[in-house]
Amino acid sequence: MKTHFSLEKNRFLFIFCLSLIFFSEFSWAGKTLDSIKQKDQISCGVNTGLAGFGSADSQGKWSGLDVDICRAIASAVLGSADKVRFVPLSAPQRFAALQSGEIDILSRNTTFSLTRDASLGLHQTAVTFYDGQGFMVPAKMNIKSAKQLKGATVCVQSGTTTEKNLNDFSKANKLEVKPIVFEKLEAANAAYFSGRCKAYTTDASGLASIRSKEAKDPKEHVILPELISKEPLGPMVRRGDDEWLAITKWVIYGLLEAEELGIDSKSVENLKNQSTDPAVLRLLGKSDDMGKLLGLDREWIARAVAQVGNYSEIFDRNVGEKTPLALKRGLNALWTRGGLQYAMPIR
Amino acid sequence: MNTLTHLWNHKRYRLYLYQAVVLILLGAALFWLGHNTWINLKQRGIQSGFDFLSDTAGFDIGETFLITFDGSQTYWQAFLVGLLNTLKVSLCGLVLASVLGLWVGLGRGSLHPLIKLFCSTYIELIRNVPLMIQLLMWYVLLVEYLPPSTEPYSWFHHFYLSQEGFAYPGFIWLQSPEGNPTLSSHWIWSRPVFDPQGVHTDFNWSPEFLSITLALSLYTSAFIAEIVRAGIQSVARGQIEAAQSLALTPWQIKRWVVLPQAARMITPPLTNQYLNLVKNSSLAVVVGYPDLVNIANTALNQTGRALECIAILMLVYLTLSLVIAWGMNRTNDKVRHYLKKGDDFAPLKLTQRA
Amino acid sequence: MTSQARNQDTAALDSQGANTQVYSWVAARPAPKRIEKANTLLVKFWKFITTHPLDALLSVGVALLALQFLMLALNWGVIHAVFQIDEAACQNARGEGACWGVIGEKFRLILWGRFPFEEQWRSATACVLTLTMLALSVNKIVWTPSNRPFTLGAWCFSVVGFHTLMSGSLFGLSFLQIWPHVDTELWGGLPLTLILSLGSIALATPMGILLALGRTSEMPIIRSICVLYIELVRGVPLISVLFMASFMFPLLLPSLQTPDVLIRVLLGITLFSAAYTAEVVRGGLQAVDQGQQEASQSLNLGYWQTQRYVILPQALTHIIPGMVNNFIAIFKDTSLVTIVSLYELTGSLGLALNGDANWRAYKLEGYLFIAAIYFFFCFTLSQISQNLENRLTKR
Repeated sequence: MKTHFSLEKNRFLFIFCLSLIFFSEFSWAGKTLDSIKQKDQISCGVNTGLAGFGSADSQGKWSGLDVDICRAIASAVLGSADKVRFVPLSAPQRFAALQSGEIDILSRNTTFSLTRDASLGLHQTAVTFYDGQGFMVPAKMNIKSAKQLKGATVCVQSGTTTEKNLNDFSKANKLEVKPIVFEKLEAANAAYFSGRCKAYTTDASGLASIRSKEAKDPKEHVILPELISKEPLGPMVRRGDDEWLAITKWVIYGLLEAEELGIDSKSVENLKNQSTDPAVLRLLGKSDDMGKLLGLDREWIARAVAQVGNYSEIFDRNVGEKTPLALKRGLNALWTRGGLQYAMPIR
Repeated sequence: MNTLTHLWNHKRYRLYLYQAVVLILLGAALFWLGHNTWINLKQRGIQSGFDFLSDTAGFDIGETFLITFDGSQTYWQAFLVGLLNTLKVSLCGLVLASVLGLWVGLGRGSLHPLIKLFCSTYIELIRNVPLMIQLLMWYVLLVEYLPPSTEPYSWFHHFYLSQEGFAYPGFIWLQSPEGNPTLSSHWIWSRPVFDPQGVHTDFNWSPEFLSITLALSLYTSAFIAEIVRAGIQSVARGQIEAAQSLALTPWQIKRWVVLPQAARMITPPLTNQYLNLVKNSSLAVVVGYPDLVNIANTALNQTGRALECIAILMLVYLTLSLVIAWGMNRTNDKVRHYLKKGDDFAPLKLTQRA
Repeated sequence: MTSQARNQDTAALDSQGANTQVYSWVAARPAPKRIEKANTLLVKFWKFITTHPLDALLSVGVALLALQFLMLALNWGVIHAVFQIDEAACQNARGEGACWGVIGEKFRLILWGRFPFEEQWRSATACVLTLTMLALSVNKIVWTPSNRPFTLGAWCFSVVGFHTLMSGSLFGLSFLQIWPHVDTELWGGLPLTLILSLGSIALATPMGILLALGRTSEMPIIRSICVLYIELVRGVPLISVLFMASFMFPLLLPSLQTPDVLIRVLLGITLFSAAYTAEVVRGGLQAVDQGQQEASQSLNLGYWQTQRYVILPQALTHIIPGMVNNFIAIFKDTSLVTIVSLYELTGSLGLALNGDANWRAYKLEGYLFIAAIYFFFCFTLSQISQNLENRLTKR
């Protein structure tokens, strides 16, 4: 006699089928460098869409200054600048994603600050972009200075240092601004461009990026001259993994040092073979093997510069004067040219 | 061995055993979770504890209710502001939703075909679209389709409606200026002032507040309308006929006969809807209204104390739910006596169509 | 009858006592005039107006208002609307006409999220598969004992098929790859909504049943644990549960072993809906007669056997409408996961429109589009729920 299908007898099969689906999504990892080498990929947390720093085009190809830093690190560690998985994160979620191990490095125009260093369990690597917080207002309001924003409504994104700086500035100048705080960058942008807020505040580079990409007519918006805070932007990694911290930090310094020494992506091969400057030979791995001390191979910087470029190439390609953002090197010029970028010596 | 089988066979001891096993398993699971948390916190150098509540907040809050706030006050005061904002939205929402729900529910059960069609359409349209989308739609309507504050809609020079919100007049307390003892503190009538820069006012309903309140009220009113309709239909037909034979007008019948008896059926599901309304007010974080969730989110991001902030959030909402449930239970006890046991009435079917 | 008449009758008897009265056929009385029921609408209407003039006035007023509103909506939505994907035309019609071209331009981004453009057919197929299975499952015939194994097999197949289509490899194993691999964070739009709602309901149902049984159990400790869990979870908003899933779960699990966001959020929604499911199941359990429990006890059936063979099948008729309502509520609640950056239907709309300066102004049309999608689903489901409830409680 045929009995009907007994789920009880076959429940394990059922559960087995279902669980196969979920097990593929778990990530099991030890220390960061080991897990990166095992996955053969770096998980890099980036911005959801900030032109010039981290944004994807409609084909899903990522570009930006922060994106290129990640690609340089991937090139130095894994050998190819394409071995990166980009994870777009909103400001409130970025630290949790890094803390939980979902990403290996957070390269998302994140400001260095004491609170972040000390109480979030994260470490800062090197500063890739010196910036300050500014305001953007519609041109038709005829406002020439941030001090004229008395009682204005200002759009901000939650989870950023921007809120605190705005408050400090408002109190110092007795402006009594009314902040409207949004969870998402896109929502804040939309509210500003629809006219809900009189002003928009974030890092000056972010303002330039948003104005160039999100505004219908960039000339209709004016970035006010005041920079109300220091915003040193750079990648962050988890605390407790000194090896990974050292690698990321020194790759960035390597890119800066390459610019200082005049090495760029086109000349790196020539200089490797023909240069007589001991500093160049050391950096490119011809004389000493600096990479070995970090756990990498000797061509680490040579590869990074060849595949992604030195700091000035990265800067010019993403946010430089020929791009829609049209930012000058300014504070981000080398220390020898009056800026603040000063690479620690690689020796 | 004999005692063991004796214990196993005796039901009471078996139940003790099961409960002991469950307790041990639960304890082990909680211990494992707690241990993981402790290790993770230590490893990552994340600090924990509720001491951050007395630190300076350092951020401003766009709109407050009943108390003022500036960045130099502490985190717990910021949370208080968030709580008051949530209460403001919840109270306005509760009142509006109840009134609307009552009227639409009465309309849905009416015999007039046009009104019944309206109310049915209203209920079906609003119930079947998620609250999030309705909220975002209201926000878009209020922010993009209203004129900028340099050219607002105005009524009687006292009310202005623009992208920045709805400005209305009211009394404010004017503190006597410090250097001038002759002027005492007093109430003063303050009305919105319109000049080329826009509307300046002391009293404003921001588009964030308006959108969350309207969306919440309309959404909950659709559910309340269904509950009211079901409750009204559960009142025995005989009651209405008896009232008609006493020459009561339809309105009097509704007010004195139907609704009091329907209240017995309505109150338990109504409690549920009120609780849902208070919980749904947490969606205000999406439009930037500084309610409790928004403030907790900001605090979480600035201090990194995820566990503590989320715990505070859940605790406050739990307390609110308990208070509302307790209040509605007392109402339920009172209205239960409107209908004595033994009267016949149709069983309540919540998904019943007219 | 008067005595005279009686005498007349009795006088009709003949000498033998037989009745000789001849009864003549009397013509039938004409039928009484039937009161005509006003069948035609016009007659009804006329009667209505003449008997209730005030109500008639109210009706006319309401009808005019409705008509004006309808005309406004038609004007904006159809007559002056722009249907082509033409930015300039949309810009010109701004304020007086809707721009439905934005839907044509962005509907792929809205419906399938950030899924790679060329592979979006996989997303679409996965959705169609799931919806077909859902539509089939609401009929009673597929759940009869002889058909049940086929239905369950079909569901198993469609779950595996869904996962395969979306991720590109069979069971997620990289060596069984059929199509290009797509990471879970690129899954978005309608498939994500379906995963979150169906997945959480499927996982929450057994959990809810256990919680309900625990809540009605006679063991005080288990009862208190279940009550505590249910009341705790029902007292907090879903957003706080999502925050917990997003921020707290990574801390609660051993370091660097956290599953990705989709799994965490699915777990959060499951825990949330389990509490509501438990309440629905408890209502169903309470509707079953106490006598059934006692009868099964007299047959020496154990606790689990009683529940499985006697109580739960009978409770099912009361549970199902509530469960469908629960499903509708969870389906609507998936729109909240935008807050933790999972781009389901509502989130992918924001993604599509917020970043594009040219189309950003037409968000209202976008919202109406996804509101229509949600309305279609939820309305159908609620009609099914009512049908089910009517059929099941028709005793």
